[in-house]
Amino acid sequence: MSTPAHRRRTGGRVRATARRAWRTEGLARWILLVGLVVTTVFVLFALFAPWIAPYGFDQNSSDGVRFPKTSGPGPGHLLGTNDQFYDIFSRVVWGARTAVLVVVLSVVLSAVIGVLLGLVSGYLGGWFDRITVFLMDALYSFPSLLLAIVFSFMLRERIGGSILAAALSLTAIYIPQYFRVVRNTTVAARQATYVEAAEALGARPITVMRRYLLPNVTSSVPVIGTLNAADALGTLAALGFLGLGIPPNEAADWGYDLSRALDDVAAGDLGPALWPGLAIILLVTALTLVGEGLSETLNPTLRRPRRTAVVLPARPEEAP
Amino acid sequence: MTADRLVAGEQDPAPVLEARDLRVWYGTDRGPVRAVDGVDLTLRPGEVVGLVGESGCGKSTLGRALLGLLPPGTARDGELRFRDQDLLTLRPREQHRLRGSGIGMIFQDPLTRLNPVMRISDHFAETLKVHEPGLSDAEVQARSVEALRLMGIPPTRFRAYPHEFSGGMRQRLMIALALVLRPAVVVADEPTTALDVLVEAQIIRILHDLRAASDTAFLLITHNLGIIAEACDRVAVMYAGRIVEVGPAREVFADPQHSYTRELLASTISLRTTGLHSIPGAPPDLVEPPAGCRFHPRCPDALAVCTERAPRPGRVGGVEVACWAAEVRHDTAAAAALTEAERRHPHRGEIADADEA
Amino acid sequence: MSPASGSLPRYIAVRLLLVLPMMWVLLTMVFLLLRVAPGDPVTAAVGDKLGPEELAARRAALGLDRPLVVQYLEYLGDVARFDFGATISDRRPVLDIIANQGGATLTLTLGAFLFACAIGIPLGRLAGRRRDSALDAGIRLVGVVSYAAPIFWVGIMLVGLVVAYVPGWPTFGIADSETLYYVPDRTGILLLDALLANDGVSLVDILQHHVLPCFTLGLLLSGVIIRLVRINVIRALDEDYVEAARARGIPERRVVRRHAFRNALVPVITVIGLQFALTLSGAILTERTFNWPGLGNELVTYVTARDYVAVQGLVTFFALAIVVVSVLVDILNALVDPRVRY
Repeated sequence: MSTPAHRRRTGGRVRATARRAWRTEGLARWILLVGLVVTTVFVLFALFAPWIAPYGFDQNSSDGVRFPKTSGPGPGHLLGTNDQFYDIFSRVVWGARTAVLVVVLSVVLSAVIGVLLGLVSGYLGGWFDRITVFLMDALYSFPSLLLAIVFSFMLRERIGGSILAAALSLTAIYIPQYFRVVRNTTVAARQATYVEAAEALGARPITVMRRYLLPNVTSSVPVIGTLNAADALGTLAALGFLGLGIPPNEAADWGYDLSRALDDVAAGDLGPALWPGLAIILLVTALTLVGEGLSETLNPTLRRPRRTAVVLPARPEEAP
Repeated sequence: MTADRLVAGEQDPAPVLEARDLRVWYGTDRGPVRAVDGVDLTLRPGEVVGLVGESGCGKSTLGRALLGLLPPGTARDGELRFRDQDLLTLRPREQHRLRGSGIGMIFQDPLTRLNPVMRISDHFAETLKVHEPGLSDAEVQARSVEALRLMGIPPTRFRAYPHEFSGGMRQRLMIALALVLRPAVVVADEPTTALDVLVEAQIIRILHDLRAASDTAFLLITHNLGIIAEACDRVAVMYAGRIVEVGPAREVFADPQHSYTRELLASTISLRTTGLHSIPGAPPDLVEPPAGCRFHPRCPDALAVCTERAPRPGRVGGVEVACWAAEVRHDTAAAAALTEAERRHPHRGEIADADEA
Repeated sequence: MSPASGSLPRYIAVRLLLVLPMMWVLLTMVFLLLRVAPGDPVTAAVGDKLGPEELAARRAALGLDRPLVVQYLEYLGDVARFDFGATISDRRPVLDIIANQGGATLTLTLGAFLFACAIGIPLGRLAGRRRDSALDAGIRLVGVVSYAAPIFWVGIMLVGLVVAYVPGWPTFGIADSETLYYVPDRTGILLLDALLANDGVSLVDILQHHVLPCFTLGLLLSGVIIRLVRINVIRALDEDYVEAARARGIPERRVVRRHAFRNALVPVITVIGLQFALTLSGAILTERTFNWPGLGNELVTYVTARDYVAVQGLVTFFALAIVVVSVLVDILNALVDPRVRY
């Protein structure tokens, strides 16, 4: 069937993009590289948290000895402990696992829903399209944190505060972005000759969408996805900070730890707030850099030819 | 060259602008682009000089170089005399002051050249007050409205915004805006290319009338030979960063000396055109231009010498031309100095081989 | 009257007409999100405190026993009369909450915008003019990091620094309790009340309390503004009319100021208007960080208390505010850019 050919095409495109990304000159390449390296470190933290973290995320004693409360960095506790007797370094590492899990879940979900909805809406047009566009615009104009708060408020009644609930709360925020881009590209691509030709040959709508439109409209999805991942991470931390995220005994949440650290800071102890915060900043910045780097690589029009200063050579000697 | 100046001195007023061996090179990742590479050009008060050539031959760069409107990193050298100063040795501040008041410019696309959030009146007021700070508001208004009137734009539109005008009107606004400062030289860079044919005719008419009415010298950059024939006193033909032929428009059109000029004229469409002629090949890459005469890879009359040595400008009647074939045709002293081997017509393969080496 | 100035009132009228459908869509969405989902708001909020009869009475009083369509129409009708309901948990009218707490949110966000513009516009302009220089790269990095840093973390760190280096500087709340006691409540906006009462000591105290929260929120917004101003200045400097102005001998500083910068600000105004959503999100977090008595703080409190009516009322109010701001931005835009009016 057509699947292998299509796969090959997609694979080729991915490789071509990777090659293009590698050939990108100067700043864009560094931005991409630094972003990728830092992101990879956090993903490794997430994958190997049980082996990297010295203690569990909700462990406050070891061998029957209770950890000290808000102790500074020292032997046994690399970054010290917080006001709940937790080891800060372990919380930061386990927090990476929570963050990566929630962000990947929500980004994948919103991308799938947004792309499909945009594809169908743009392809079918008519009333369905208008209503969907209207709703998506309304959703989009809402502050993302407010939406996340409302959704987590709703979901806590149904499924309680959990990683899944947090991921679902974030999903709805980002659907409109994929929807917009994909819908607009679909509307434009529908008029393309090859799509009209396929329709004229009697291809079914589902075939047209899958084989002709989908590969064309999804090129901007990686960039949106990466930037959304950065934003989702910030929103997740915000939910945690407001006490609307994941309970501390279910998973380590950087945002929650920061809300606990508020009183310590007011008392003059910056330690418990510093590390989870730095983790958030690093990962968000890294994801943003990857997104920016990708977008600059994929849209070379944003770049401009570099101007270099010219030194005019001496005039050639006139032949006698 | 020397002869040209002596002759010119006898019959014509002193040049208002004179470029001598002007070079303008852009910096790029691939190396410098020799957009203008050793150009001589003279503009006298009141005359309209056409500058023609294919796209990418450096004519726009030459026009901008006269005002110093070049991207950062660009290098200029040679000599560029405006009245009695060399613009290239002038301090940037003084050079800036001459823009608009000494040398003005009209651009190709009038639709994007006016600031959309400023009224027409603001454009005029700003321009006049920068150059003539003592002017009162009433004087500013009077001068502006007069300039508009000359271009056929009613004073009632003075306070309108640019988007309220048509393309042709906006180009007339741009001309008025350039002329309100009474510059000695105006560079018009493809002023009609973006306009439709009727509006184009109108603009050409205006330029034509200006020639009679003012002392302002125009450098009219275009790739449209018809416009040159209608509006210009003299014409300069540019190829690959150099001027290959310059002379009275009538003379150049009647009896083109340079092979490139001849090819260019042959490839324009007129009522008498029976078949379409085009010059084979494409303009050369100006990062690494061909040695010798830059036109030789595309030239039907190329001699062996053309691949090696660049021709020096020589005089044929009122026309100055840099072409070995023309020298040979007219049996000049330069032609006499050529060896037999140099005068040979090589065939294509040989030219390519010579270029490889 | 010229056609351009004549069309401005018409433009505003058309724009105002478009407000109604937009409000309707947002209100419908709020209703769908908060009411249609199954579950009983009354039980969620006060189920553990009241008996079954009382709960049923509360439900009936809120109209929750009626069909959804009726509830929906009633909701729209209530909003049209500026009635946002009364909270379930402590039976306060939501309108009272808005009147009492809205002022604090307002002064916080306005102050933040002031800081953001004061930091963001000059830096963005500088980065745009010196494109690709080390300075540009540095400013851009500051922009990215200030956007990436969680605003509450920035707030926490600033509190830590202030506690360590400026002892005695207020870090929590909108004013000292003394000030709150002495300044009479007239407008609901504490800062304005202190001004009206001609109470200099209180005014200084309130302003001091504003500095840290406004700066924190302003830092978040300045990241966006730097980005926007920079890219727009770059675009504007590439415009043909900028080159044309240079060709007329307009001095470079004036070209940047009059031609590039003013034109660069036009799209910036639009996008800053769109940042209202971001501002609101930021305000919620800032208020929580600094224990600021504003609407965001109230919202989170009521979310934690599981009070549907309070949450719905406040979210409805936010939705209306979004619409109003978007209209204001459009009108402002039309004033700055004559092309918009067409």
